[in-house]
Amino acid sequence: MPFKTPKIDRVGIQERCAKFQSRSLKADTKKKLLRLALNMVDLTTLEGSDTPGKVKQLCNKAILPHGALPNLPQVAAVCVYPSQVKTAKKALNGAKINVASVATVFPSGQAKLSIKLDDTRFAVDEGADEIDMVISRGEFLRGNHNYVFDEIAAVKEACGKARLKVILETGELSTLDNVRKASEIAILAGADFIKTSTGKIQPAATMPVTLVMLETIRDYYYSTGIKIGMKPAGGISNAKLALHYLVMVSETLGDDWMNNNYFRFGASSLANDLLRQIVKQESGLYQSKDYFSIG
Amino acid sequence: MAKKENKNIADLKFGATIEYAPAPESNAHIEIKKKYELFIGGEFVAPEKGKYFPTINPATEEKLADIAKADATDVDKAVKSARYAYDNYWSKISGSQRGKYLFRIARMLQERAREFAIIETMDGGKPIKEAKGFDVPMAINWFFYYAGWADKIEYAVPGKNPEALGVAGQVIPWNFPLMMAAWKIAPALAAGNCVVLKPAETTSLTALKLAELIQEAGVPPGVVNIVTGEGDTGAAIVNHADVDKVAFTGSTRVGKMIQKSLAGSGKKLTLELGGKGANIIFEDAAIDQAVEGVINAVYFNQGHVCCAGSRLFVQEGIAETVLQKLKDRLKTIRIGNPLDKNTDIGAINSKKQLDTVQDYINIGINEGGKLYQDKCSLPKKGFWCKPTIFTNVSQASRVVQEEIFGPVLTVQTFRTIDEVVELANNTYYGLSAGVWTDKGSKVFQVGNQLKAGVVWANSFNKFDATSPFGGFKESGFGREGGLHGLTAYLK
Repeated sequence: MPFKTPKIDRVGIQERCAKFQSRSLKADTKKKLLRLALNMVDLTTLEGSDTPGKVKQLCNKAILPHGALPNLPQVAAVCVYPSQVKTAKKALNGAKINVASVATVFPSGQAKLSIKLDDTRFAVDEGADEIDMVISRGEFLRGNHNYVFDEIAAVKEACGKARLKVILETGELSTLDNVRKASEIAILAGADFIKTSTGKIQPAATMPVTLVMLETIRDYYYSTGIKIGMKPAGGISNAKLALHYLVMVSETLGDDWMNNNYFRFGASSLANDLLRQIVKQESGLYQSKDYFSIG
Repeated sequence: MAKKENKNIADLKFGATIEYAPAPESNAHIEIKKKYELFIGGEFVAPEKGKYFPTINPATEEKLADIAKADATDVDKAVKSARYAYDNYWSKISGSQRGKYLFRIARMLQERAREFAIIETMDGGKPIKEAKGFDVPMAINWFFYYAGWADKIEYAVPGKNPEALGVAGQVIPWNFPLMMAAWKIAPALAAGNCVVLKPAETTSLTALKLAELIQEAGVPPGVVNIVTGEGDTGAAIVNHADVDKVAFTGSTRVGKMIQKSLAGSGKKLTLELGGKGANIIFEDAAIDQAVEGVINAVYFNQGHVCCAGSRLFVQEGIAETVLQKLKDRLKTIRIGNPLDKNTDIGAINSKKQLDTVQDYINIGINEGGKLYQDKCSLPKKGFWCKPTIFTNVSQASRVVQEEIFGPVLTVQTFRTIDEVVELANNTYYGLSAGVWTDKGSKVFQVGNQLKAGVVWANSFNKFDATSPFGGFKESGFGREGGLHGLTAYLK
């Protein structure tokens, strides 16, 4: 292990998060960050009822988030199930937007390794640029850390050139110490990104959990020089909260992480609230939700 | 961990993506009079000699108001009015009636919290987020807490039938002006005493605003008297023959003078003086939270805190890591306009204090200490000092021994528990200390050996009206807060 696992103090983490939330963002800073946040969104649909039509609609939204403001940045990626990857890839039609696919029997991960690897290879073969895998929480909580490590390493290999995001499902890990430990295992096993949640379990992303993961990324950077990305997912549905997250990233990891290469929001409804706030900044008026297309 | 395995790994870069736009708290509606008089016998009266001194905003050097300078004659008037109020009214009414007035003060302070916070920031230089989030809520907390004691005094010291002392003379410092006034006035009044209080000369405004509020609350004339001035005014209060009790918070130098002059006078005395708090991080601590705790311990209120954790002791295995993290953290600290909601460190309270802090920084450098300050820019006007870290210092260094009362941290390392306990206790102060470890038993093992009035575990600078606060050795004696704070005003 290149680094030793420090303990996490929950109260201290909460106090630090409260400080990020007390930063006041105004004027040009706010405008800039709203656009940056939009550019960091992984526009997501992960429903059993997803249809090719819905995925196409999502992809169109990714390319042109809000027709009335043509100069907006695009989102970072669309995130779908493996079976929808081909549809998404085609719909995006060469736009510089990645297709991310959940894999490894998302969201539970309750299957044997060979099935998870097949799931991953299928998504990659269909054209996925990024793979969002889930860890085996049961094995982690049982203390079987080697199993979790080996599984991530195997999936990483199956990913080939696709970037690997490892979902810890922090809502099931029960302590921040576990979040720290799982983050380290994921990073050491080959994660390009670490991600909080599937969005199917409550609580999903929270600021304290994200801060613990950001601090792990920072410590790994100082010990190796390698930058790992971060993706909080689920529960970040409004622009104000997204901006608090950006303050947290910028004051924890700094400027190099303030782009969609290293930071993403996994969210379905965040994009429209960001658009609403951007329009408000441009026009001075809040528009009703009816003015924004659903993804 | 954050220890660099390879020197080629670049430091993290901060601050280029988010440049916080100015977010100043509006002070447009804040009313500060041109001139403030003395509050004696429930009225605002001019000083006998007609002398005034200016109070300035240390962040802009602009004059805010003229403050009356009380001399011995004015102090005598104030003590007489306190005595009259005590004999004829305050000692005659029931505890529940005294409590009613204190509850009223607390509620009115709550209603006007924002106004008090803004004035505190303008007059003293502290960041508005601290004035709003700490100073004013704490002052309110103190009034509410002691209001609750007012009708329960006979149960405070069972079987002793406690009584009030009479007139208390109180002299407070400039670091937490309103909060210190509350710490002094609330328990004194609850216990049944009347008071003559002198705020520090650089920060009289919130005490005088409090006087206005007390007047508005209908507190009987003379129960609270507030006289403003410098050291000689304080001396006149302390040495007045008809004062039964002296409570002083401030420097150890002045505290010693007070104790000398009160010897044999029969007056009761409590002193809350300086400190040089040790903050100890063990290898098994939650390191990132400990680092945040160190920042909070020493840079809170520009380091103008008697219980500041200004001496950091780090266990050797994590010393490099902690230092790297502290330096990174300093890069995200914002210094500047104290009224800005994003400001973390405000202005040094006065030119005099800035000179003192700078003298110590020079002493530290001359002693061979290695100085670290971030490259942030400071406003042109006003009194400012960058947050400072000294490494390569030892017990013999003056910057390690003496209280600086500014944003200056010294860092030393240790190997064993015995070693750090000896180092931490090797000081003539004994006010506060902090212990950072994930191991509960170690908190008690170390905490019990530290000679400090308060030892915080995995936290720092936490206060509550229910908890007593005070020092050992040259940090003073007597306790403020809780039942202990009440008994200091009872016989």
